[in-house]
Amino acid sequence: MINLHWLYVLAGAAFAGFALSSARDRTNSRRWGNGAFWGLLATSFWFGDFLGDIGNGVLVLALVAIAGAHLLGKGARPSTTSQERKIHSDRLGNKLFLPALIIPFTAFVGTLAFNYTPLKDTGLIDPKSVTLILLGVGAIVALATCYAWLRPPTFAPIDEGGRLADSIGWALVLPQMLAALGVIFAAAGVGTTIGAMASAIIPHGNIFLAVVLFALGMVAFTMIMGNAFAAFPVMAAAIGVPILIQADGGNPAVIGAVGMLAGFCGTLMTPMAANFNIVPAALLELKNQYGVIKAQVPTALPLLIANILILYIAGFRL
Amino acid sequence: MNYLPLLGIALVVLGFALRFNPLLVVAVAAIVTGLLGHMPFLKVLGTLGHGFNENRYVTITYIVLPVIGILERYGLQQQARALIRGMKRATTGRLLIVYLGLRQILAALGLTTVAGHAQTVRPLVAPMAVAAAEKQHGELDEATTERVKAMSAATDNVGVFFGEDIFLAIASILLIQGSLKSFGIELTPFQLSVWAIPTAICAFLIHGGRLLWLDRTLSSLPRSGGEGDRSAQLSGGGAEAATGPSTIRSAADGSPPHPRFRGDREELL
Repeated sequence: MINLHWLYVLAGAAFAGFALSSARDRTNSRRWGNGAFWGLLATSFWFGDFLGDIGNGVLVLALVAIAGAHLLGKGARPSTTSQERKIHSDRLGNKLFLPALIIPFTAFVGTLAFNYTPLKDTGLIDPKSVTLILLGVGAIVALATCYAWLRPPTFAPIDEGGRLADSIGWALVLPQMLAALGVIFAAAGVGTTIGAMASAIIPHGNIFLAVVLFALGMVAFTMIMGNAFAAFPVMAAAIGVPILIQADGGNPAVIGAVGMLAGFCGTLMTPMAANFNIVPAALLELKNQYGVIKAQVPTALPLLIANILILYIAGFRL
Repeated sequence: MNYLPLLGIALVVLGFALRFNPLLVVAVAAIVTGLLGHMPFLKVLGTLGHGFNENRYVTITYIVLPVIGILERYGLQQQARALIRGMKRATTGRLLIVYLGLRQILAALGLTTVAGHAQTVRPLVAPMAVAAAEKQHGELDEATTERVKAMSAATDNVGVFFGEDIFLAIASILLIQGSLKSFGIELTPFQLSVWAIPTAICAFLIHGGRLLWLDRTLSSLPRSGGEGDRSAQLSGGGAEAATGPSTIRSAADGSPPHPRFRGDREELL
């Protein structure tokens, strides 16, 4: 059965390629730092399951040391110039979009084909990670298409991928680091402590106020933890279930679903949700690393108010 | 109750505020939190390593970088701009509204990873949005380019966040179901996902309204030459109109605007 581990082997190969390419990039004065960083990540993808917990912990500390000591740089490795790119795009036209669309198309059609045909019963692909695996398949097909059609230099995809990876830098592993932090928070009992504090300050009898505090608690805790998934069980245990559902008789489906969505408003406003808010700023080469968050706050706040109203009206008045 | 591990949260907030390297901040906060939670150092290190290893799938999307990189080498972003310049009625706001709707619908079908910041925003959506803004406004200063790019990323996030819960088998719906079940409250995924629809509609209206407002502010900026489409005047976004302009403008406060020549920007995005 094709599962996530196949994809890890592929990702390890990509990062090993980035490591070699970045280490050879003489335009980058910190090329060895970049090479070591991507090399460690390749090691994690390939051998993470054999290193043991302590071994992985040491690997994490090494990644952090490289980033924390500012040993990562960005080179100006030779790619095509913008004039050359203009000439290429004039020549190739809209067909250039096709390889880029192969990836989402493969993931989209592939997922539907897998879920709604007997393919699902063949056990070929792990059903838990179908779309991610098909994303990998799409990337391979798209890369093969590029080779056959554009005939780039043999190592150009690795060099160009390495160029993009260097431009993202440490932000690329931040989401995974934050996920690891979440595991530590859970082990140290941070969630249960906050839940106990929240339930201690809840007023009884005023439904609207309790709804507001539930939603704001979801937002605040989501902003601290970086995702609403960590916040939901805590806020449900502190306010959602004992106060809103059991004491005040609210509709549990509304409290659950819209409570989570109130948390998502917090996800839009926190740097802790790095993969959504910090990585794109790096990927789009924004000067302000909080630029995406600033663009999202004016959507998140009115939407939070909308969620509070939906919680109150649909949860208690319908 | 041991309140000391909460200091780890304070460390994260402080570290981000003081702009230390975020990886360093997170690692220090993790170790301090673990130690304050009475875990021995090696146990903390092992938990951190285990958590990192178990969450490798979070970083998997970057396997698309070689494909995106090679297509950029052959002018993908230039072509994305050329396509938009050829569309008479395309504006930044309308383009991003279409993307918002598409992303919500795809996410509602459970297809959250078919699009994203690496897969679609950097190679396609952001260059198209910038090209459409150039049509409306002529050459853009750096602050405006940043604002348009940031809105492209924001639109992707809003679309996926407020579409995915309509899908029955998404992780967050299963998490809600599991959490409530532990309190003896039995719900089906369908009962939950139905209640994601009102918020999805609100998200489309609020963010869509802001995008129309973005069009309006773009066409009211002083033009700096270049060919453009004056028909881009659109009415503002209802309730958003009151808060729109000041907050959008604040997104550009990070760096003083200064003009940049064209070739430079082509290389950057």
